[in-house]
Amino acid sequence: MSEAPAIQADGLSRRFGDVLAVDDLTLTVPRRCIYGFLGPNGSGKSTTIRMLCGLLMPSAGSARVLGLPVPDEAEGLRRRVGYMTQRFSLYEDLSIRENLAFLARIFGLGRREIDQRLRRQMDRFELSSMARRTAGSLSGGQKQRLALAAATLHEPELLFLDEPTSAVDPESRRRFWEHLFELVDEGATVLVSTHFMDEAERCHRLAILDQGRLVADGRPDDLMRDVPAAVVEVECAEPQRARRLLLEDRAVLHIAQLGMRLHALLQPEVDGPEQRLAGRLRDAGIDAGTRLIRASLEDVFVMATTPDGRGGAAP
Amino acid sequence: MKRSLVRIAAVAAKEFRHLSRDRLSGAMILGIPLVMTLLFGYAINTDVRDLPAAVADQAGTTASRALAAGVEASGVVRIVDRVPDAAALERRLADGGIVVGLYIPADFEHRLADGRPVGQLLVDGSDPVVQNAARALTQAPLPALLDRVRPGAAGAEPAGGALAVRAYYNPERRSPVFIVPGLCGVILTLTMVLFTAVAIVRERERGNLELLITTPVGSLELMVGKILPYVVVGYLQASLILAIGVVLFDLPVRGSLVDFYGGAGVFVLSILTLGLLISTLAATQFQAFQMTFMSFLPQLLLSGFMFPFDGMPRGAQLLAELFPLTHFLRIVRGVVLRDADLMLMADDVWPLLAFFVVVMALATARFRKRLD
Ligand SMILES: Nc1ncnc2c1ncn2[C@@H]1O[C@H](COP(=O)(O)OP(=O)(O)OP(=O)(O)O)[C@@H](O)[C@H]1O
Ligand SMILES: [Mg+2]
Repeated sequence: MSEAPAIQADGLSRRFGDVLAVDDLTLTVPRRCIYGFLGPNGSGKSTTIRMLCGLLMPSAGSARVLGLPVPDEAEGLRRRVGYMTQRFSLYEDLSIRENLAFLARIFGLGRREIDQRLRRQMDRFELSSMARRTAGSLSGGQKQRLALAAATLHEPELLFLDEPTSAVDPESRRRFWEHLFELVDEGATVLVSTHFMDEAERCHRLAILDQGRLVADGRPDDLMRDVPAAVVEVECAEPQRARRLLLEDRAVLHIAQLGMRLHALLQPEVDGPEQRLAGRLRDAGIDAGTRLIRASLEDVFVMATTPDGRGGAAP
Repeated sequence: MKRSLVRIAAVAAKEFRHLSRDRLSGAMILGIPLVMTLLFGYAINTDVRDLPAAVADQAGTTASRALAAGVEASGVVRIVDRVPDAAALERRLADGGIVVGLYIPADFEHRLADGRPVGQLLVDGSDPVVQNAARALTQAPLPALLDRVRPGAAGAEPAGGALAVRAYYNPERRSPVFIVPGLCGVILTLTMVLFTAVAIVRERERGNLELLITTPVGSLELMVGKILPYVVVGYLQASLILAIGVVLFDLPVRGSLVDFYGGAGVFVLSILTLGLLISTLAATQFQAFQMTFMSFLPQLLLSGFMFPFDGMPRGAQLLAELFPLTHFLRIVRGVVLRDADLMLMADDVWPLLAFFVVVMALATARFRKRLD
């Protein structure tokens, strides 16, 4: 018998009144990988995670987590799954140590085990020096480290992390991710939602959500390679005017300004996209250097989440 | 099973920590019983004393003067004026200078001999409490007073009148003695429900619930763990109220403390589950407070604390039988004032146990480990 995937969702949907928060989501998360959820605010990341944890009833569709159907068998999964909520959900009036000790007892760790496990978690997440401080007095990043320590306390097979690093500084974020890879090495599966492209790029697999729908998924490298657009970088003296000018071209799908440079996405069937843009700008009297570059994950995200690909461009 | 107990203990310990770190809760635990007991004991006094009164004594005999003195000696009235006739009494009543007028007609001695009413009390009846007090005066042991003046004269007076107000358990009819034990139930009802009504709503509002329900803790374990610390708090409050009663109001504790604490324990458990149920129904802490007061008011009014239970219409009595407070009032008054045996009050113990079991089951069933 082959091992069931960590998560298998089929047509998972959730409606809140008129809002379809998650719309017919079908995806498979293999074991022992980091699976990323990338999507703008309100795209349904948290709602999906909550359904997979058995906290919300799906309006339609079904899901299996570690081979068990949720929400029916969610109770049986409690010890095998860890969940770090988007909003800090530990007790602000308890100290770091008390919070962790409480959860350790709830998860049924033995008395001696608790001491040792607490010390290890606090070491790992650099909390030892503030063990007696109340959670409410911690900074945003320290809170997130505590929350991750709490979510991994019982060594779950599957870890749901809902925007775990939104308030963490870059150095701590790097260590945080190293730690996630360690967990995967030890056999865990991690599903993490994020707004950060650099984090998304580190995932083994990635799902891009938009308005509750799955708009792209796959390995980050494949997504970047297969992006349905040509990416041209433009360097010129008057980027604002150049941007307006280039958007008049129907082949241009999206342009973002990065300092003095422009980052343009064009329809992939266009021949010689960089010459085409350079020519247009020259005709308008703007001196510009253009070059074709490799698509980034940001480009994948833009292409996946803007309906016409033109990303709010002026008509 | 053992794991379950460990989880309950973990929840209870956590709840205790919250409680010990929340100054407001701490202040409420000790402050509410203290303030309410003192308020009710000292200020809210249903004993009517020193009502301003006037006498119109048209007989002017030794016996009639003794009657007036006897009425004043009851302590209920204080004679502030003497007027010539009934009309003057009425005028004084109307202008509010007095609330009671004693009219003794000229043929007082004849009436006394005949056994007819010897005089008339004119009472400002706008306050029923005052009216009742004055009515009680007409049955007060006047014959005994008159007896002292003129032995044998009281023979004509119906003996039943003197007995009507004779009080067995509070002969001096001091109200704190009657109120404090009941107050114990009222205060516990208010504070216990207030504490547990926010127990789950607060976790929901602060976002803790989303984490808690993804742990293996069971609904019943959570419910039991949440109320355990408050049983201790309830005992603390009950002891405090009893102590205040004994020290400040000379409350006689006639029954055994074991019975008192036994009854209080069952009562506290039952009332805590009411708070839990509210907590599973309310969406916000504010709603929980509103529901707490909505459930508190009918209990306060119908339990027999404010008004005598026997005087209420049948429907209200039946409703009141559902309230834990109603039963606890009987238990606590019985144990403290009459030395009643808790075992003999089973009729009031089992409704509390039934309430505990039913409401606990309801609360546990209402609580879903879900967000929707
Ligand atoms: N309990 C709820 N009641 C009503 N609407 C809800 C509820 N939870 C989520 N929604 C709606 O569902 C949609 C998806 O919300 P969700 O929180 O899943 O988004 P998200 O991708 O996690 O966003 P973010 O990046 O801001 O965290 C939003 O439109 C939101 O308003
Ligand atoms: Mg979210």
